Amino acid sequence: MYPEPRYLDAGEAALMVEFADEISPQANALVHWLAATLRLQPVPGLGVPVPAYSSLLVQYDPLRLGRDRLRRHLQIILARPDAGTALARPTRLRQIPAAFGGEYGPDLAAVAALKGLDEAELVRQLCEVIFTVYMVGFLPGFPYLGTLPESLAVPRLTEPRLTVPQGSVAIAGRQAGIYPFTSPGGWQLLGRTPYQMFDPHRDPPAYLAPGDGVRFLPVAMAEYEGLAKDQPWC
Amino acid sequence: MVLEVLEGGLLTTVQDLGRHGYEGYGVPVAGAMDAFALQAANALVGNDLGEAGLELTVIGPRLRATEGCLLGLAGADLGCVLDGQPLAPWRSYWLPAGATLSFGGPRSGCRTYLAVAGGVDLPLVLGSRSTYLRGGFGGYKGRALRAGDVLALSAPAGRRLASPSAARFLALTYGDEPVVRVLLGPQADRFTAAGMATFLDSTYEVSGDSDRMGSRLKGPRIEHTRGPDVISDGIALGSVQVPGDGQPIVMLADRQTTGGYTKIATVIDADIQLLAQCLPGASRVRFQAVDLDEAVRLRGAQAAQLTLLAGPRAYNLYDVAPADGECLPGGQE
Repeated sequence: MYPEPRYLDAGEAALMVEFADEISPQANALVHWLAATLRLQPVPGLGVPVPAYSSLLVQYDPLRLGRDRLRRHLQIILARPDAGTALARPTRLRQIPAAFGGEYGPDLAAVAALKGLDEAELVRQLCEVIFTVYMVGFLPGFPYLGTLPESLAVPRLTEPRLTVPQGSVAIAGRQAGIYPFTSPGGWQLLGRTPYQMFDPHRDPPAYLAPGDGVRFLPVAMAEYEGLAKDQPWC
Repeated sequence: MVLEVLEGGLLTTVQDLGRHGYEGYGVPVAGAMDAFALQAANALVGNDLGEAGLELTVIGPRLRATEGCLLGLAGADLGCVLDGQPLAPWRSYWLPAGATLSFGGPRSGCRTYLAVAGGVDLPLVLGSRSTYLRGGFGGYKGRALRAGDVLALSAPAGRRLASPSAARFLALTYGDEPVVRVLLGPQADRFTAAGMATFLDSTYEVSGDSDRMGSRLKGPRIEHTRGPDVISDGIALGSVQVPGDGQPIVMLADRQTTGGYTKIATVIDADIQLLAQCLPGASRVRFQAVDLDEAVRLRGAQAAQLTLLAGPRAYNLYDVAPADGECLPGGQE
């Protein structure tokens, strides 16, 4: 964490507020707290902020709101004693069913072997973690979930797959993620969820929002197909 | 009233000014690559500046209108022909019923915009009619137009019209070697002085694999101080990313919302159009640094040009008439 946030111009219509040069829960809590505060107390000319791990990209219209005025506004908000506290804990816990191993999790066996665990124990440990959605990006609805214990951390695949199926639950480093669409990808695939991560005809369109808590629920392959219809969007 | 697509062209998509407000969910903004030209085309037919129109890329489509309609054309000169007669961009034209519009090939620029009075009648997806090709949603069935498609048009709103040649003062011709102005940062400090000098003093080729996501540039390698990676952060329009190979990529309409490469500079809004009009594989660009005040001044000048073109709406009787459902004086509830 920096002692004071850095304010960096990203063109004349966006200001990057950077809290740290690392992935940290404290910096991420500040990012989401600031994004939520700006949504609740907008100023004319302010656009939609884009949250990431340790920075917030604040978009604005410089013809209505000067950069220096915007920066002062942000500094005043961030000087409040409650800055970063209100959203330090997840506001919503999403329980996401997933079938692990077999055709749904082609890398489970290799990851278990790497970690010296049997497959069932690896799944048990993974499903004990309460993740936080640090940010949503890469693909529409793709959640970056932190943080895996160091004991479960794995490298990315050396050769990314050309096709990762939709719904794949994957890990890389100390992060987990869920592929919203079938796409290329280099993370290790442990399982798959029937839940949909993105639907452009809903608002909001993503199942997970930054700041959400996430827990995986292991389900048997036989139950898998029937679960999609029970997905609670609200 | 409809537009029939006889041939789709290379890449013809429905675009407006983009899908704003969902970046936090990882939804790319999309929208017109050259937003200035789309807005000019709309102004020429009396539409709201942000109405959806067609973005035509290099090789235009062949289109036929079932009824007469007013067209606005702005952006690249792709050799537009109406039943054998050439049509220059930055003007509006009457397209008679049954007439065919076709395109001979690029003469200046890469993308042109076709607006129809009233706009295209397509549903909003997340507040926009822009086509997001990779996600397969928005616009016309989430994809580029192809032969056999039928595009429904909305009735013109009866707004005040600009004269057909009102945009001639804007008529831009796009060079093959534009100077693109940038604001340095947000991660300028991650480049060596030599790397920054390379970026600002070199000419870069716009490579053939450039697309709506970004302009991929080829040229002298830009040197980093301590590697090309940053903790993934938000990507503004025009961000110039420099990955490990030292070759810059300017992030455009369909850019992903977050990314993990260092960004040496950001192309100012007023010059995004210059990149949007670079023909991949044929154009070269140079970068020039400006300060924030200059970037804002240029943005304001461009906005003023469009406001001028859109005309004084207050004098339009249609604009002051009550909308459907409102009470007329002396009327009933």
